[in-house]
Amino acid sequence: MIILNTLMPGQVVLEYSYLLSAIMFVIGLKLQSHPETARKGNFWAASGMILPMITTLILNRNGAGEAIGMGNVIAILLIIAAGTVVGSIMARKVKMTAMPQMVSFFNATGGAASAAVALIEYTKNPDQAVLVGLLGLVVGSIAFSGSMIAYGKLDGKVGDIFAKFMTYVNLLFMAVIVAVILLVLFGGFDAQTRTYLVFGLLVISLVYGVSFVMPIGGADMPVVISLLNSLTGIAAAMAGFIYQNEAMILGGILVGAAGTILTLQMCKAMNRSLINVIIGSFGGGGASHADVQGSIKEITLTDAAVLLSYSQKVVIIPGYGLAVAQAQHIAHELDSLLGSKGVEVKYAIHPVAGRMPGHMNVLLAEADVPYEQLVEMDDINPDMPNVDVAIVVGANDVVNPAAYDDPGSPIYGMPIIDAHLAKNIIIMKRGMGKGYAGIENFLFFNDKTRMLFGDAKGTMTKLVSEIKSM
Amino acid sequence: MENVLTFLTANKDAIFIIVLSVFLGFEVISNVPSVLHTPLMSGANAISGVIIIGGIILVGHASTTFEWVLGSLALFMATLNVAGGFVVTDRMLEMFKKKKK
Repeated sequence: MIILNTLMPGQVVLEYSYLLSAIMFVIGLKLQSHPETARKGNFWAASGMILPMITTLILNRNGAGEAIGMGNVIAILLIIAAGTVVGSIMARKVKMTAMPQMVSFFNATGGAASAAVALIEYTKNPDQAVLVGLLGLVVGSIAFSGSMIAYGKLDGKVGDIFAKFMTYVNLLFMAVIVAVILLVLFGGFDAQTRTYLVFGLLVISLVYGVSFVMPIGGADMPVVISLLNSLTGIAAAMAGFIYQNEAMILGGILVGAAGTILTLQMCKAMNRSLINVIIGSFGGGGASHADVQGSIKEITLTDAAVLLSYSQKVVIIPGYGLAVAQAQHIAHELDSLLGSKGVEVKYAIHPVAGRMPGHMNVLLAEADVPYEQLVEMDDINPDMPNVDVAIVVGANDVVNPAAYDDPGSPIYGMPIIDAHLAKNIIIMKRGMGKGYAGIENFLFFNDKTRMLFGDAKGTMTKLVSEIKSM
Repeated sequence: MENVLTFLTANKDAIFIIVLSVFLGFEVISNVPSVLHTPLMSGANAISGVIIIGGIILVGHASTTFEWVLGSLALFMATLNVAGGFVVTDRMLEMFKKKKK
Protein backbone atom coordinates (compact mmCIF):
# COMPACT_ATOMS: atom_id res chain seq x y z
CA MET A 1 0.00 0.00 0.00
CA ILE A 2 2.84 2.34 0.80
CA ILE A 3 4.32 1.58 -2.59
CA LEU A 4 0.98 2.36 -4.19
CA ASN A 5 0.89 5.70 -2.39
CA THR A 6 4.33 6.82 -3.46
CA LEU A 7 3.46 6.07 -7.06
CA MET A 8 0.64 8.60 -7.04
CA PRO A 9 1.78 11.85 -8.67
CA GLY A 10 0.63 13.95 -5.73
CA GLN A 11 2.75 11.87 -3.37
CA VAL A 12 5.80 12.34 -5.55
CA VAL A 13 5.28 16.11 -5.62
CA LEU A 14 4.84 16.09 -1.84
CA GLU A 15 8.00 14.07 -1.22
CA TYR A 16 10.06 16.32 -3.46
CA SER A 17 8.61 19.45 -1.88
CA TYR A 18 10.19 18.18 1.34
CA LEU A 19 13.52 17.84 -0.40
CA LEU A 20 13.19 21.38 -1.76
CA SER A 21 12.31 22.64 1.70
CA ALA A 22 15.37 20.93 3.19
CA ILE A 23 17.57 22.61 0.56
CA MET A 24 16.02 25.98 1.37
CA PHE A 25 16.81 25.48 5.07
CA VAL A 26 20.45 24.78 4.24
CA ILE A 27 20.75 27.78 1.93
CA GLY A 28 18.99 29.92 4.53
CA LEU A 29 21.38 28.95 7.30
CA LYS A 30 24.37 29.36 4.99
CA LEU A 31 23.32 32.90 4.05
CA GLN A 32 22.87 33.71 7.72
CA SER A 33 26.60 33.43 8.25
CA HIS A 34 27.27 36.93 6.88
CA PRO A 35 25.71 40.20 8.06
CA GLU A 36 25.09 41.36 4.47
CA THR A 37 23.14 38.30 3.40
CA ALA A 38 21.71 37.20 6.73
CA ARG A 39 18.31 38.77 6.25
CA LYS A 40 17.93 37.10 2.89
CA GLY A 41 18.90 33.82 4.56
CA ASN A 42 16.14 34.19 7.08
CA PHE A 43 13.70 34.78 4.23
CA TRP A 44 14.90 31.59 2.50
CA ALA A 45 14.47 29.57 5.67
CA ALA A 46 10.98 30.99 6.21
CA SER A 47 10.01 30.13 2.63
CA GLY A 48 11.42 26.66 3.21
CA MET A 49 8.94 26.38 6.05
CA ILE A 50 5.89 27.69 4.20
CA LEU A 51 6.34 25.46 1.15
CA PRO A 52 5.98 22.06 2.89
CA MET A 53 3.13 23.45 5.00
CA ILE A 54 1.15 24.16 1.83
CA THR A 55 2.04 20.92 0.04
CA THR A 56 1.28 18.86 3.17
CA LEU A 57 -2.08 20.53 3.57
CA ILE A 58 -3.04 19.82 -0.04
CA LEU A 59 -1.34 16.53 -0.80
CA ASN A 60 -1.02 14.61 2.45
CA ARG A 61 -2.75 11.20 2.54
CA ASN A 62 -3.18 9.04 5.62
CA GLY A 63 -2.52 5.28 5.70
CA ALA A 64 -5.90 4.64 4.08
CA GLY A 65 -5.15 7.05 1.23
CA GLU A 66 -7.55 9.75 2.39
CA ALA A 67 -6.75 13.43 1.86
CA ILE A 68 -7.21 15.99 4.63
CA GLY A 69 -10.92 16.80 4.92
CA MET A 70 -12.32 20.26 4.26
CA GLY A 71 -13.36 20.79 7.88
CA ASN A 72 -9.88 19.86 9.05
CA VAL A 73 -8.29 22.18 6.48
CA ILE A 74 -10.33 25.08 7.81
CA ALA A 75 -9.44 24.18 11.41
CA ILE A 76 -5.75 24.01 10.48
CA LEU A 77 -5.83 27.38 8.71
CA LEU A 78 -7.60 29.01 11.64
CA ILE A 79 -5.10 27.63 14.17
CA ILE A 80 -2.15 28.69 12.03
CA ALA A 81 -3.65 32.16 11.55
CA ALA A 82 -4.11 32.52 15.31
CA GLY A 83 -0.59 31.30 16.04
CA THR A 84 0.89 33.61 13.43
CA VAL A 85 -0.89 36.67 14.78
CA VAL A 86 0.04 35.95 18.41
CA GLY A 87 3.63 34.94 17.56
CA SER A 88 4.26 37.98 15.35
CA ILE A 89 2.86 40.41 17.89
CA MET A 90 5.07 38.96 20.62
CA ALA A 91 8.08 39.06 18.32
CA ARG A 92 7.43 42.69 17.32
CA LYS A 93 6.90 43.93 20.85
CA VAL A 94 9.86 42.30 22.58
CA LYS A 95 12.77 44.52 23.65
CA MET A 96 16.23 43.58 22.43
CA THR A 97 17.50 43.16 25.99
CA ALA A 98 14.72 40.61 26.50
CA MET A 99 15.70 38.64 23.39
CA PRO A 100 17.09 35.64 25.32
CA GLN A 101 13.76 35.23 27.12
CA MET A 102 11.86 35.45 23.85
CA VAL A 103 14.02 32.84 22.14
CA SER A 104 13.65 30.58 25.19
CA PHE A 105 9.89 30.97 25.07
CA PHE A 106 9.64 30.12 21.35
CA ASN A 107 11.99 27.24 21.98
CA ALA A 108 9.64 25.99 24.70
CA THR A 109 6.63 26.05 22.37
CA GLY A 110 8.55 24.12 19.70
CA GLY A 111 9.59 21.49 22.23
CA ALA A 112 6.04 21.17 23.51
CA ALA A 113 4.73 20.72 19.97
CA SER A 114 7.23 17.92 19.33
CA ALA A 115 6.34 16.18 22.57
CA ALA A 116 2.61 16.46 21.80
CA VAL A 117 3.04 15.09 18.28
CA ALA A 118 5.09 12.15 19.57
CA LEU A 119 2.49 11.46 22.27
CA ILE A 120 -0.45 11.43 19.84
CA GLU A 121 1.43 9.22 17.41
CA TYR A 122 2.05 6.79 20.25
CA THR A 123 -1.61 6.66 21.28
CA LYS A 124 -2.61 6.03 17.65
CA ASN A 125 -0.49 2.90 17.49
CA PRO A 126 0.25 1.76 21.05
CA ASP A 127 1.44 -1.59 19.74
CA GLN A 128 4.21 0.02 17.76
CA ALA A 129 6.01 1.94 20.45
CA VAL A 130 9.25 2.89 18.79
CA LEU A 131 12.43 4.24 20.25
CA VAL A 132 12.42 7.43 18.15
CA GLY A 133 8.87 8.26 19.16
CA LEU A 134 9.73 7.90 22.84
CA LEU A 135 12.89 9.96 22.37
CA GLY A 136 10.86 12.67 20.66
CA LEU A 137 8.52 12.70 23.63
CA VAL A 138 11.31 12.79 26.22
CA VAL A 139 13.55 15.34 24.48
CA GLY A 140 10.62 17.57 23.52
CA SER A 141 9.30 17.57 27.09
CA ILE A 142 12.71 18.37 28.58
CA ALA A 143 13.20 21.17 26.04
CA PHE A 144 9.75 22.55 26.90
CA SER A 145 9.96 22.63 30.68
CA GLY A 146 13.66 23.50 30.65
CA SER A 147 13.09 26.44 28.30
CA MET A 148 10.17 27.68 30.38
CA ILE A 149 12.40 27.72 33.47
CA ALA A 150 15.18 29.44 31.48
CA TYR A 151 12.58 31.98 30.32
CA GLY A 152 11.47 32.54 33.93
CA LYS A 153 15.05 32.93 35.14
CA LEU A 154 16.04 35.39 32.43
CA ASP A 155 12.89 37.35 33.13
CA GLY A 156 13.75 37.40 36.83
CA LYS A 157 10.60 35.43 37.74
CA VAL A 158 12.41 32.27 38.81
CA GLY A 159 15.39 32.15 41.15
CA ASP A 160 18.36 29.78 41.16
CA ILE A 161 18.63 26.72 43.34
CA PHE A 162 22.29 26.00 43.88
CA ALA A 163 22.57 22.77 45.76
CA LYS A 164 25.00 19.95 45.52
CA PHE A 165 22.26 17.33 45.81
CA MET A 166 20.60 18.57 42.59
CA THR A 167 23.38 16.83 40.69
CA TYR A 168 22.38 13.49 42.18
CA VAL A 169 18.68 14.18 41.71
CA ASN A 170 19.33 14.88 38.05
CA LEU A 171 21.42 11.76 37.56
CA LEU A 172 18.60 9.79 39.17
CA PHE A 173 16.05 11.31 36.79
CA MET A 174 18.19 10.41 33.80
CA ALA A 175 18.51 6.83 34.99
CA VAL A 176 14.75 6.55 35.56
CA ILE A 177 14.01 7.94 32.07
CA VAL A 178 16.31 5.40 30.44
CA ALA A 179 14.84 2.60 32.52
CA VAL A 180 11.24 3.49 31.63
CA ILE A 181 12.09 3.72 27.91
CA LEU A 182 13.63 0.24 28.08
CA LEU A 183 10.60 -1.08 29.98
CA VAL A 184 8.20 0.25 27.35
CA LEU A 185 10.24 -1.18 24.50
CA PHE A 186 11.30 -4.52 25.89
CA GLY A 187 9.24 -5.05 29.05
CA GLY A 188 6.63 -7.14 27.26
CA PHE A 189 3.76 -5.28 28.94
CA ASP A 190 0.24 -5.10 27.50
CA ALA A 191 -0.91 -1.93 25.71
CA GLN A 192 -2.72 -0.55 28.76
CA THR A 193 0.33 -0.75 31.05
CA ARG A 194 2.59 0.63 28.35
CA THR A 195 0.32 3.64 27.96
CA TYR A 196 0.60 4.33 31.69
CA LEU A 197 4.37 4.05 31.39
CA VAL A 198 4.45 6.46 28.44
CA PHE A 199 2.43 9.06 30.33
CA GLY A 200 4.70 8.50 33.30
CA LEU A 201 7.65 9.12 30.99
CA LEU A 202 6.07 12.41 29.93
CA VAL A 203 5.72 13.56 33.54
CA ILE A 204 9.25 12.54 34.56
CA SER A 205 10.72 14.27 31.51
CA LEU A 206 8.86 17.49 32.30
CA VAL A 207 10.07 17.41 35.90
CA TYR A 208 13.61 16.61 34.77
CA GLY A 209 13.63 19.64 32.45
CA VAL A 210 12.86 21.83 35.48
CA SER A 211 15.43 20.27 37.79
CA PHE A 212 18.04 20.31 35.02
CA VAL A 213 17.87 24.07 34.42
CA MET A 214 17.09 25.11 38.01
CA PRO A 215 20.67 24.97 39.40
CA ILE A 216 22.25 26.64 36.35
CA GLY A 217 22.39 30.41 36.27
CA GLY A 218 24.33 33.60 35.87
CA ALA A 219 27.01 33.55 33.21
CA ASP A 220 26.08 29.99 32.22
CA MET A 221 22.79 31.08 30.68
CA PRO A 222 24.20 31.37 27.11
CA VAL A 223 25.27 27.73 27.30
CA VAL A 224 21.91 26.54 28.60
CA ILE A 225 19.91 28.44 26.00
CA SER A 226 21.88 27.08 23.10
CA LEU A 227 21.77 23.57 24.58
CA LEU A 228 17.98 23.72 24.90
CA ASN A 229 17.78 25.07 21.37
CA SER A 230 19.70 22.09 20.17
CA LEU A 231 17.36 19.72 22.08
CA THR A 232 14.27 21.17 20.40
CA GLY A 233 15.83 20.53 17.01
CA ILE A 234 16.56 16.94 17.94
CA ALA A 235 12.99 16.47 19.22
CA ALA A 236 11.59 17.77 15.90
CA ALA A 237 13.89 15.42 13.99
CA MET A 238 12.76 12.45 16.08
CA ALA A 239 9.13 13.33 15.34
CA GLY A 240 10.11 13.63 11.67
CA PHE A 241 11.52 10.13 11.89
CA ILE A 242 8.05 8.84 12.84
CA TYR A 243 6.65 10.28 9.61
CA GLN A 244 9.79 9.45 7.63
CA ASN A 245 9.64 13.12 6.67
CA GLU A 246 12.94 14.38 5.23
CA ALA A 247 12.24 18.08 5.75
CA MET A 248 11.53 17.51 9.43
CA ILE A 249 14.52 15.24 9.95
CA LEU A 250 16.97 17.50 8.15
CA GLY A 251 15.58 20.72 9.59
CA GLY A 252 15.61 19.31 13.11
CA ILE A 253 19.10 17.85 12.88
CA LEU A 254 20.50 21.07 11.35
CA VAL A 255 19.18 22.96 14.36
CA GLY A 256 20.49 20.27 16.69
CA ALA A 257 23.95 20.50 15.13
CA ALA A 258 23.94 24.30 15.13
CA GLY A 259 22.90 24.39 18.78
CA THR A 260 25.58 21.88 19.70
CA ILE A 261 28.31 23.90 18.00
CA LEU A 262 27.26 27.10 19.72
CA THR A 263 27.03 25.29 23.04
CA LEU A 264 30.56 23.97 22.71
CA GLN A 265 31.86 27.39 21.59
CA MET A 266 30.31 29.00 24.66
CA CYS A 267 31.87 26.37 26.91
CA LYS A 268 35.24 26.92 25.28
CA ALA A 269 34.90 30.68 25.77
CA MET A 270 34.53 30.04 29.47
CA ASN A 271 37.21 27.35 29.56
CA ARG A 272 34.80 24.81 30.98
CA SER A 273 33.45 21.47 29.89
CA LEU A 274 29.78 20.99 29.12
CA ILE A 275 29.51 18.47 31.96
CA ASN A 276 30.94 21.09 34.29
CA VAL A 277 28.30 23.61 33.28
CA ILE A 278 25.47 21.11 33.65
CA ILE A 279 26.66 19.91 37.04
CA GLY A 280 27.21 23.53 37.99
CA SER A 281 30.20 23.11 40.29
CA PHE A 282 31.51 26.58 39.51
CA GLY A 283 31.53 29.78 41.52
CA GLY A 284 31.79 30.32 45.24
CA GLY A 285 34.23 27.47 45.72
CA GLY A 286 37.48 29.08 44.64
CA ALA A 287 39.02 31.16 47.38
CA SER A 288 41.30 34.02 46.41
CA HIS A 289 44.70 32.54 45.72
CA ALA A 290 47.41 35.01 44.93
CA ASP A 291 47.74 38.16 46.98
CA VAL A 292 46.99 41.20 44.94
CA GLN A 293 49.75 43.81 44.90
CA GLY A 294 49.11 47.49 44.33
CA SER A 295 46.29 49.85 44.99
CA ILE A 296 43.17 51.15 43.30
CA LYS A 297 43.55 54.51 41.53
CA GLU A 298 40.59 56.63 40.51
CA ILE A 299 40.38 59.10 37.65
CA THR A 300 38.27 62.25 37.43
CA LEU A 301 35.78 62.71 34.62
CA THR A 302 37.77 65.66 33.28
CA ASP A 303 40.98 63.68 33.15
CA ALA A 304 39.19 60.78 31.49
CA ALA A 305 37.68 63.16 28.91
CA VAL A 306 41.10 64.64 28.10
CA LEU A 307 42.75 61.23 27.92
CA LEU A 308 40.10 59.92 25.51
CA SER A 309 40.00 63.00 23.30
CA TYR A 310 43.75 62.93 22.68
CA SER A 311 43.90 59.20 21.98
CA GLN A 312 44.22 57.65 18.56
CA LYS A 313 42.80 54.25 19.31
CA VAL A 314 40.13 53.47 21.89
CA VAL A 315 38.56 50.10 22.55
CA ILE A 316 35.34 49.74 24.51
CA ILE A 317 34.91 46.37 26.23
CA PRO A 318 31.25 45.94 27.15
CA GLY A 319 29.87 43.36 29.57
CA TYR A 320 26.38 42.48 30.65
CA GLY A 321 26.54 45.35 33.16
CA LEU A 322 26.28 47.72 30.19
CA ALA A 323 23.05 46.10 29.05
CA VAL A 324 21.63 46.02 32.57
CA ALA A 325 22.27 49.77 32.85
CA GLN A 326 20.74 50.24 29.35
CA ALA A 327 23.90 52.14 28.49
CA GLN A 328 24.36 50.88 24.93
CA HIS A 329 22.89 54.01 23.34
CA ILE A 330 25.05 56.38 25.35
CA ALA A 331 28.05 54.16 24.56
CA HIS A 332 27.35 54.75 20.89
CA GLU A 333 27.05 58.48 21.53
CA LEU A 334 30.46 58.35 23.17
CA ASP A 335 32.01 56.45 20.29
CA SER A 336 30.62 58.73 17.59
CA LEU A 337 31.65 61.80 19.56
CA LEU A 338 35.19 60.47 19.81
CA GLY A 339 34.99 59.40 16.16
CA SER A 340 34.19 62.98 15.17
CA LYS A 341 37.39 64.03 16.95
CA GLY A 342 39.37 61.60 14.82
CA VAL A 343 39.68 58.88 17.43
CA GLU A 344 39.31 55.34 16.13
CA VAL A 345 36.83 53.51 18.37
CA LYS A 346 36.19 49.75 18.33
CA TYR A 347 34.16 47.47 20.54
CA ALA A 348 35.81 44.26 21.74
CA ILE A 349 33.20 41.56 22.22
CA HIS A 350 33.89 38.52 24.34
CA PRO A 351 31.95 35.44 23.15
CA VAL A 352 30.02 35.14 26.41
CA ALA A 353 29.20 38.84 26.83
CA GLY A 354 25.43 39.09 27.38
CA ARG A 355 22.85 36.48 28.17
CA MET A 356 22.92 34.43 25.00
CA PRO A 357 25.59 33.80 22.35
CA GLY A 358 26.20 37.05 20.48
CA HIS A 359 23.66 38.97 22.55
CA MET A 360 25.98 41.97 23.05
CA ASN A 361 26.27 42.43 19.29
CA VAL A 362 22.51 42.64 18.94
CA LEU A 363 22.24 45.17 21.76
CA LEU A 364 24.92 47.37 20.19
CA ALA A 365 23.41 46.97 16.73
CA GLU A 366 20.10 48.16 18.16
CA ALA A 367 21.92 51.27 19.40
CA ASP A 368 23.03 51.81 15.75
CA VAL A 369 26.66 50.85 16.27
CA PRO A 370 27.87 49.69 12.82
CA TYR A 371 28.81 46.01 12.93
CA GLU A 372 32.20 46.82 11.39
CA GLN A 373 33.05 48.43 14.72
CA LEU A 374 32.28 45.23 16.65
CA VAL A 375 35.44 43.15 16.81
CA GLU A 376 35.71 39.60 18.11
CA MET A 377 38.12 38.75 20.89
CA ASP A 378 40.59 36.83 18.73
CA ASP A 379 40.80 39.66 16.20
CA ILE A 380 41.26 42.50 18.67
CA ASN A 381 43.79 40.87 21.02
CA PRO A 382 46.85 41.10 18.72
CA ASP A 383 46.13 44.83 18.34
CA MET A 384 45.67 45.59 22.05
CA PRO A 385 49.27 46.83 22.68
CA ASN A 386 48.60 49.62 20.13
CA VAL A 387 45.43 50.72 21.88
CA ASP A 388 45.72 53.99 23.79
CA VAL A 389 42.73 53.51 26.06
CA ALA A 390 40.69 50.41 26.82
CA ILE A 391 37.37 51.26 28.48
CA VAL A 392 35.87 48.35 30.40
CA VAL A 393 32.14 48.85 30.98
CA GLY A 394 30.24 46.43 33.16
CA ALA A 395 32.60 43.57 32.36
CA ASN A 396 34.84 41.83 34.87
CA ASP A 397 35.95 38.22 34.53
CA VAL A 398 36.40 38.46 30.75
CA VAL A 399 39.27 40.96 31.24
CA ASN A 400 40.88 39.38 34.32
CA PRO A 401 44.56 38.61 33.63
CA ALA A 402 44.36 35.92 36.33
CA ALA A 403 43.28 33.76 33.40
CA TYR A 404 46.94 33.93 32.29
CA ASP A 405 48.88 34.45 35.52
CA ASP A 406 47.26 32.52 38.32
CA PRO A 407 47.11 28.74 37.84
CA GLY A 408 45.09 28.48 41.04
CA SER A 409 42.31 30.75 39.79
CA PRO A 410 38.99 29.18 38.72
CA ILE A 411 39.16 31.13 35.47
CA TYR A 412 42.77 30.13 34.73
CA GLY A 413 43.01 29.25 31.05
CA MET A 414 39.81 31.05 30.03
CA PRO A 415 40.36 33.17 26.91
CA ILE A 416 40.08 36.84 27.84
CA ILE A 417 40.22 40.19 26.10
CA ASP A 418 43.75 41.50 26.71
CA ALA A 419 42.73 44.85 28.19
CA HIS A 420 45.88 44.77 30.38
CA LEU A 421 48.05 45.21 27.27
CA ALA A 422 46.51 48.58 26.39
CA LYS A 423 48.49 51.73 27.24
CA ASN A 424 45.76 53.02 29.54
CA ILE A 425 42.78 51.27 31.06
CA ILE A 426 39.63 52.94 32.34
CA ILE A 427 37.24 50.75 34.27
CA MET A 428 33.65 51.86 34.75
CA LYS A 429 32.15 50.01 37.65
CA ARG A 430 29.51 50.44 40.31
CA GLY A 431 31.77 49.41 43.17
CA MET A 432 34.50 47.01 44.10
CA GLY A 433 32.25 43.94 43.89
CA LYS A 434 33.57 40.77 42.38
CA GLY A 435 32.48 39.24 39.09
CA TYR A 436 30.42 36.12 38.57
CA ALA A 437 33.37 33.89 39.37
CA GLY A 438 33.72 35.61 42.75
CA ILE A 439 37.40 36.34 42.36
CA GLU A 440 39.60 39.40 42.62
CA ASN A 441 40.36 41.08 39.31
CA PHE A 442 44.10 41.73 38.95
CA LEU A 443 43.39 44.29 36.24
CA PHE A 444 41.94 46.74 38.79
CA PHE A 445 45.32 46.89 40.55
CA ASN A 446 47.34 47.37 37.38
CA ASP A 447 49.50 50.52 37.32
CA LYS A 448 47.89 51.60 34.04
CA THR A 449 44.36 51.19 35.38
CA ARG A 450 42.14 54.06 36.49
CA MET A 451 38.70 53.50 37.98
CA LEU A 452 35.58 55.54 37.22
CA PHE A 453 33.06 54.50 39.86
CA GLY A 454 29.34 54.87 39.27
CA ASP A 455 26.41 53.56 37.25
CA ALA A 456 27.53 52.86 33.67
CA LYS A 457 24.83 54.98 32.07
CA GLY A 458 25.24 57.94 34.41
CA THR A 459 29.02 57.91 34.19
CA MET A 460 29.04 57.72 30.41
CA THR A 461 26.45 60.47 30.10
CA LYS A 462 28.63 62.74 32.23
CA LEU A 463 31.72 61.72 30.29
CA VAL A 464 30.02 62.59 27.00
CA SER A 465 29.02 66.07 28.20
CA GLU A 466 32.51 66.56 29.63
CA ILE A 467 34.10 65.78 26.26
CA LYS A 468 31.58 68.02 24.47
CA SER A 469 32.39 70.95 26.76
CA MET A 470 36.10 70.69 26.08
CA MET B 1 19.53 -8.16 18.51
CA GLU B 2 17.09 -9.04 15.79
CA ASN B 3 15.04 -5.99 16.76
CA VAL B 4 18.05 -3.78 16.29
CA LEU B 5 18.85 -5.26 12.89
CA THR B 6 15.26 -4.86 11.72
CA PHE B 7 15.25 -1.26 12.94
CA LEU B 8 18.52 -0.44 11.21
CA THR B 9 17.40 -1.99 7.95
CA ALA B 10 13.90 -0.54 7.91
CA ASN B 11 15.12 2.97 8.72
CA LYS B 12 18.27 2.98 6.65
CA ASP B 13 17.31 6.07 4.62
CA ALA B 14 16.32 8.12 7.64
CA ILE B 15 19.50 7.15 9.47
CA PHE B 16 21.60 8.17 6.46
CA ILE B 17 19.86 11.53 6.39
CA ILE B 18 20.39 12.07 10.11
CA VAL B 19 24.09 11.24 10.06
CA LEU B 20 24.81 13.34 6.96
CA SER B 21 22.70 16.23 8.32
CA VAL B 22 24.87 16.35 11.42
CA PHE B 23 27.96 16.88 9.26
CA LEU B 24 26.13 19.36 7.07
CA GLY B 25 24.95 21.26 10.14
CA PHE B 26 28.45 21.48 11.62
CA GLU B 27 29.84 22.57 8.26
CA VAL B 28 27.22 25.26 7.60
CA ILE B 29 27.33 26.75 11.10
CA SER B 30 30.97 26.61 12.11
CA ASN B 31 31.98 29.71 10.12
CA VAL B 32 29.35 32.05 11.48
CA PRO B 33 30.95 35.12 13.13
CA SER B 34 29.91 35.66 16.73
CA VAL B 35 28.28 38.97 15.69
CA LEU B 36 25.50 36.84 14.24
CA HIS B 37 25.18 34.16 16.89
CA THR B 38 21.99 35.48 18.45
CA PRO B 39 20.07 35.91 15.17
CA LEU B 40 21.43 32.58 13.97
CA MET B 41 20.20 30.88 17.08
CA SER B 42 16.83 32.48 16.83
CA GLY B 43 16.63 31.62 13.10
CA ALA B 44 17.61 28.02 13.80
CA ASN B 45 15.06 27.97 16.58
CA ALA B 46 12.39 28.98 14.06
CA ILE B 47 13.47 26.11 11.80
CA SER B 48 12.98 23.64 14.66
CA GLY B 49 9.34 24.69 14.39
CA VAL B 50 9.28 22.39 11.34
CA ILE B 51 7.33 20.13 13.71
CA ILE B 52 4.45 22.25 12.41
CA ILE B 53 4.19 19.74 9.54
CA GLY B 54 3.56 17.00 12.08
CA GLY B 55 0.89 19.22 13.60
CA ILE B 56 -0.79 19.72 10.22
CA ILE B 57 -0.81 15.98 9.56
CA LEU B 58 -2.24 15.26 13.02
CA VAL B 59 -5.03 17.82 12.94
CA GLY B 60 -5.64 16.89 9.29
CA HIS B 61 -6.55 13.35 10.24
CA ALA B 62 -7.74 13.87 13.80
CA SER B 63 -10.69 11.69 14.76
CA THR B 64 -10.85 11.45 18.56
CA THR B 65 -11.31 14.41 20.93
CA PHE B 66 -7.87 13.67 22.41
CA GLU B 67 -6.28 13.98 18.96
CA TRP B 68 -8.20 17.15 18.20
CA VAL B 69 -7.33 18.91 21.43
CA LEU B 70 -3.70 17.91 21.75
CA GLY B 71 -3.14 18.15 17.98
CA SER B 72 -4.57 21.68 17.81
CA LEU B 73 -2.44 22.68 20.77
CA ALA B 74 0.66 21.23 19.11
CA LEU B 75 -0.12 23.02 15.85
CA PHE B 76 -0.71 26.32 17.65
CA MET B 77 2.53 26.10 19.62
CA ALA B 78 4.52 25.10 16.55
CA THR B 79 3.05 28.10 14.70
CA LEU B 80 4.11 30.40 17.55
CA ASN B 81 7.61 28.98 17.25
CA VAL B 82 7.73 29.41 13.46
CA ALA B 83 6.05 32.80 13.08
CA GLY B 84 7.55 34.35 16.19
CA GLY B 85 10.98 32.92 15.44
CA PHE B 86 11.21 34.20 11.89
CA VAL B 87 9.76 37.62 12.70
CA VAL B 88 12.08 38.20 15.65
CA THR B 89 15.09 37.07 13.62
CA ASP B 90 14.14 39.43 10.81
CA ARG B 91 13.86 42.28 13.32
CA MET B 92 17.38 41.64 14.56
CA LEU B 93 18.92 41.21 11.13
CA GLU B 94 17.29 44.40 9.93
CA MET B 95 19.35 46.25 12.54
CA PHE B 96 22.55 44.79 11.17
CA LYS B 97 21.54 45.47 7.60
CA LYS B 98 20.63 49.15 7.76
CA LYS B 99 24.14 50.16 8.86
CA LYS B 100 25.51 49.08 5.48
CA LYS B 101 25.62 52.44 3.81
